[in-house]
Amino acid sequence: MSDNAAMGAKTWLTPFNVVTGAIIIIGLVLSVLRFTMGLGAVTNLTDDNAWGLWIGFDLLVGVALAAGGYVTSAAVYLLGMKKFHSAVRPAVLTGFLGYALVVFALSYDVGRPWRLPYPFIMQQGTTSLLFEVAGCVALYLTVLFLEFVPAAMEWLGLKKLRKLIVRLTLALTVLGVVLSTLHQSSLGAIFLIAPSKLHPLWYSSYLPVFFFISSIAAGLSMVIFESSLSHRYFADKMDEAHLRENEGVTLGFGKAASMVLAGYFIIKVMGVAGGDHWGLLGTPYGLWFLVELLGFVALPSLLYAVGVRNKDLTLIRWTAGWTVLGIVVNRLNISLVAFNWQLPSSQRYFPHWMEIATSVFIVTVGIVVFRFIVTRMPIFYEHPEYKDIH
Amino acid sequence: MSISRRKFLGWIGAAGVGSTLGKSAFAGGGKHFEGHPDSFGVLHDTTLCVGCRSCEAACAKENALPVPDKPFTDLSVLQEKRRTSPTAYTVVNKFDIPGRKTPVFVKKQCNHCLEPACASVCFVRAFEKTAQGPVIYDESVCVGCRYCMVACPFEIPTYEYDKALEPRVMKCTMCHPRVMRGEVPACVEACPKEALIFGKREDLINIARDRIRKYPERYVDHIYGENEMGGTSWLYLSAVPFHEIGMREDLGVTPAPELTSGALSAVPVVVGLWPVFLMGLFAISKRKEAVSREEMEARVQSVSALAEAKLAAAMETAQKEKTAAVAKEVQKALESAAQSRTKEEI
Repeated sequence: MSDNAAMGAKTWLTPFNVVTGAIIIIGLVLSVLRFTMGLGAVTNLTDDNAWGLWIGFDLLVGVALAAGGYVTSAAVYLLGMKKFHSAVRPAVLTGFLGYALVVFALSYDVGRPWRLPYPFIMQQGTTSLLFEVAGCVALYLTVLFLEFVPAAMEWLGLKKLRKLIVRLTLALTVLGVVLSTLHQSSLGAIFLIAPSKLHPLWYSSYLPVFFFISSIAAGLSMVIFESSLSHRYFADKMDEAHLRENEGVTLGFGKAASMVLAGYFIIKVMGVAGGDHWGLLGTPYGLWFLVELLGFVALPSLLYAVGVRNKDLTLIRWTAGWTVLGIVVNRLNISLVAFNWQLPSSQRYFPHWMEIATSVFIVTVGIVVFRFIVTRMPIFYEHPEYKDIH
Repeated sequence: MSISRRKFLGWIGAAGVGSTLGKSAFAGGGKHFEGHPDSFGVLHDTTLCVGCRSCEAACAKENALPVPDKPFTDLSVLQEKRRTSPTAYTVVNKFDIPGRKTPVFVKKQCNHCLEPACASVCFVRAFEKTAQGPVIYDESVCVGCRYCMVACPFEIPTYEYDKALEPRVMKCTMCHPRVMRGEVPACVEACPKEALIFGKREDLINIARDRIRKYPERYVDHIYGENEMGGTSWLYLSAVPFHEIGMREDLGVTPAPELTSGALSAVPVVVGLWPVFLMGLFAISKRKEAVSREEMEARVQSVSALAEAKLAAAMETAQKEKTAAVAKEVQKALESAAQSRTKEEI
């Protein structure tokens, strides 16, 4: 928004600004409604359906799609895959903004958001998986912030502080992977408490494993997806190294995603076998489960493999987008579609348009902030004064 | 109910002491928690319930809940299935069972689980299973995440969605303040047919068993709540299978905390071992780098040594050739000098 003005652009009325501006104005109006009239005024939540789109999409999908940060920094700093180095900063930035938005969105969903620190400062409900998720997300947001700030410090010219934080890279990476393993899996484990409400095809004692493994596929795909969008809109910001390495990143991450999805497919099948739920596959819910399993797990695994073999970057990028969509489908299935499946249709939940608009508003805020940052800070290029000191 | 106030207060004290002496509630492990000793419960004999809604009225009055549009004496509300709501901690539902002349009425409210799902999932411990039996809620710490509502297998907790600033989770407290004062819950007191009996849970189970034994034709042979979800403080008797009166029979006997204890126990393992594993991976990748660097250096060295040797050999040959050439030239010069001298002499 303001960045065009700062760059001395002739007009503010670019299509991007008009659309995002409209969404943000609607979002602000809905925010006022939410915090003056209560959840009931803007959502379709009921006593039977206590969690809706803001948990299913903003929290579950948001956290899964922000997994690119830990996946990329682990590949580069722990596994020594230096040829992916230029992918770290965009991935960490996407992750940081993703988690920041998750917390922002949660403040709309919980009844008394100013009490969000209560689990830490008042009483610790350590038997709750949500306690673990809250703790990990709070810590990981801090880790991502520290991983991101060197870029901001290069922009602001704070050399000494930057040096100090860059030294922590390895420790932050390890901490990031540990925290991500915990809360990515725990978001699945949250639903272990409700075997009587979640459809047996989706309910499995492997839920935490499913969520963790699929978050890796989500993170890898999100890096490819984000970079293909960035190449379209921010190519002028990218330095030669970023452009040169990008093909390798797309191929390498595509290969990894293909294998992770294949593993995920196998354990999902084992989940069905473990519960002996084969018979349910023929029911309407079973068919929808098969759409998810075959269409959004097996298919992208295969397409990634073909794309990597043929060095077909276009196919890999489309597959990344498809996999991201598959993660959305999976998380919404578990939290909304297959949850409360036994209730009569009159008591089922469908999001109110204001819930959808609020989620769109939150994603839009993320895109605007991402744009603000990449047009100013060294994200897609190395700062000339800090070359080769990584 | 014929319980003297004195006897009752004695029980309260016993329950309190019992809870401090009793075993603690471990979710995992070999221990089986059977509820706080001497804790209270309510037995709801649905065969005695006439659907008069007196319990609903008493509950609303006791908990200062808003007066509903239709008075509690209006039995037309029984035509539709109701669930608990922020303004009704308890509701009575009517079930017409095919083949039975009279409908069955069932009162619904919090079952006060022995190991409650709501308490186990609350990340601020806003719920507490008291030693006396009631599961109570502390609104002063509640964040409003509503995980309790997601977790409850009986779909009991409700939420004040219309409140912007201080929405609360609303549910039956088994009249905890009354119980602590030595009174029975308001609904139990109001019941004109003794379809609700308040007492020690262990005694209630015995009473229920007695009734089933004495009148086997009247009851199905099951006490709902004895083992469901690890057992509840509220117990039910019925003349028809429980699923026919809106109660789920597929909940199992596993206490709710056990459903997540496995996942929770993985946390310390990940925290403890993941850094070791990750640093191991890091060390391997570092070592690979170091080894490949060393190998590269060694190769460069051997190549350069070879090159040097070749160069030295070449130099030597060149030197030899040079010396030979010089010697040859000297020889030539001497020879030509000797020749010219000979010529001069001639």
